[in-house]
Amino acid sequence: MRTYNLTHIKELESEAIYVMREVASQFENPVLLFSGGKDSIVCAHIARKAFFPSKIPFPLMHVDTGHNFPETIEFRDKFIEKIGANLIVASVQKSIDEGKVIEEKGYNASRNGLQTVTLLDAIEEHKFDAAIGGARRDEEKARAKERFFSHRDEFGQWDPKNQRPELWNIFNGMKHFGENFRVFPISNWTEMDVWQYILAEGIELPSLYFSHQRDCFVRDGVIMSESEFIPQKPEEITQEMQVRFRTIGDMTCTGAVASDADSLEKIIEEVAATRTTERGTRSDDKRSEAAMEDRKKQGYF
Amino acid sequence: MEADSNSYLDMELLRFSTAGSVDDGKSTLIGRLLYDSKSIFEDQYEAIELSSKKKGEEGVNLALLTDGLRSEREQGITIDVAYRYFATPKRKFIIADTPGHIQYTRNMVTGASTSNLSIILIDARKGIIEQTYRHTFIASLLGIPHVVFCINKMDLVEYKEEVFEQIKKDVEAFASKLDVKDIHFIPISALHGDNVVNASKNMDWYQGGTLLYLLENIHIGSDHNHIDCRFPVQYVIRPQTDDYHDYRGYAGRIAGGIFKPGDKVVALPSGFGSTIKSIDTLDGSIDEAFAPMSVTITLDDEIDISRGDMIVRENNQPTVSQDLDVMICWLNEKKLQWRGKYAIKHTSSDARCIIKDIKYKVDINTLHRLEEDKDIEMNDIARISLRTTKPLFFDSYKRNRYTGSVILIDEMTNETVGAGMIINK
Repeated sequence: MRTYNLTHIKELESEAIYVMREVASQFENPVLLFSGGKDSIVCAHIARKAFFPSKIPFPLMHVDTGHNFPETIEFRDKFIEKIGANLIVASVQKSIDEGKVIEEKGYNASRNGLQTVTLLDAIEEHKFDAAIGGARRDEEKARAKERFFSHRDEFGQWDPKNQRPELWNIFNGMKHFGENFRVFPISNWTEMDVWQYILAEGIELPSLYFSHQRDCFVRDGVIMSESEFIPQKPEEITQEMQVRFRTIGDMTCTGAVASDADSLEKIIEEVAATRTTERGTRSDDKRSEAAMEDRKKQGYF
Repeated sequence: MEADSNSYLDMELLRFSTAGSVDDGKSTLIGRLLYDSKSIFEDQYEAIELSSKKKGEEGVNLALLTDGLRSEREQGITIDVAYRYFATPKRKFIIADTPGHIQYTRNMVTGASTSNLSIILIDARKGIIEQTYRHTFIASLLGIPHVVFCINKMDLVEYKEEVFEQIKKDVEAFASKLDVKDIHFIPISALHGDNVVNASKNMDWYQGGTLLYLLENIHIGSDHNHIDCRFPVQYVIRPQTDDYHDYRGYAGRIAGGIFKPGDKVVALPSGFGSTIKSIDTLDGSIDEAFAPMSVTITLDDEIDISRGDMIVRENNQPTVSQDLDVMICWLNEKKLQWRGKYAIKHTSSDARCIIKDIKYKVDINTLHRLEEDKDIEMNDIARISLRTTKPLFFDSYKRNRYTGSVILIDEMTNETVGAGMIINK
């Protein structure tokens, strides 16, 4: 007998497509946040599926810290051209130049926190009423309670105690003037799901995800890529290492892992066997136990 | 996390919710499930090891794994629905972890709304308490197909079979009055791990499977409605490019039934008939589509269809009406206003409605109908009548969770204030 069951990956895809279509229907001016990382690439892929054979009916936006891996930018530009989408670049450097934010100083200085200001400014400037992101609930404790449709007040703030209940698959995107939403279509995916989906769908990724030779140094047990953006201490000696990245963010806070995984299949094997979370390589989360919760309240993803 | 890459793509998804009161070990149970199924990462484990030490606890408190927000960590309770994920080689699981205290009925309802299965914890020392009735009632009200009662803290009653059997008998007695299709009982100790992932060595009288075994093997294939064809149109796709000049596709997620090209269909509310020309996806056209797939349907005839409309089969149509009776769970601090007006969302349809009547409130601890009590406050459950500004196309919630559910929205604050399950009159 024919059974009518979806595999879990197909069910998650269907849910994410549904969310994309709700965004396009419920909001006037949505935007898809695109970092060049695998989660945002998967989101863009799903957006294509949701509206095929039309093009994605909203632009993609990259919040550019100016401290990107060059590979990310190269990939981003090719990808955008291939899918024929509009790209908006919001620049953290510009926020710094305009004096809206002050750069952190010292060895562990990162522009990661500054992104929030640039993001909120860009949302205001372009009058976006919904920003779609690739955040997942399995990434971090504070995200476990995030909604698919996450309401933000006119200051872009997230109030964890006052979120709208989300029932069945009915999403409430109603809002007052000046308020906006963050929407997370792949909320229910895990890191493993994302990788399996990338493999199953044949999705292209930046080369950073695959094992390669790179000049690195070790700080607080995390392997960092040598870069003009990070001042090294004398004892932090650069050496060539065989590494890959599990997440892609700002060069100043994204750590690499020693790895020989140079294909999707090998990466999946590695993810299946790994014993630390992917955010374990993110130094920005290590600042305090509630680091992510604090940044989210201020309007970070 | 042990799944290998080939079998991984064949896995099914099981969504379950957990309900329990503050002290009955719910967080410990989830922590135990995650820990024993090897879904905990080293850095997560180190973090809770450190917190346990800070609090001066003996050993590692697995319950800390699921404590999310700072305010909760301070109070030591879970205040909102939190979602957790783990996988075994057989299935992938989404846990909606909900607090069980009475003031959190709304969270329980939220968590239950998408679940295939509910785990209800009972403290073996206490047996059935008020909360057990409440949790079971909510599971039945929300139409959760499978309910598993975990009799926890068996270690504290010397793993006695009589204790388990008595509680089982008591639960069966009241559950028979409710509409719960599939009930299971497991004696466990979340603290020590008995019958959670590994079979207990202390209860050889128990012949059933462990909790994880049940979660991995319970049949969920029939949890979706594959009989009544319902396709709420979410979005109309009109590329207007050279390649797809006249293309008009209706995008949506199938809420029930199986659709195939060639099927005779009717669009509601217009009532115009047509035939399905194709069912499209980016990966090509497909031969059939069923709930809960997201697809795009094209029709042979050009008829006017927009968001909020519904494509159904000619010979199996939903109720079309502006009047509906619903069981409502109130979610907001501001009381339900009798004769009040609210925005209402049902599938992809938006309308407004007026509360015509409050028929009775349910005492969720005794299940009595309180016909005189019209004060519907946050966490209350009541039967009410609504009239909408335009016809909705619906089924009873019992028949279909997706075409049988509505939410009410306060038009001043835009908050979601009510969750309604439609009753067929």
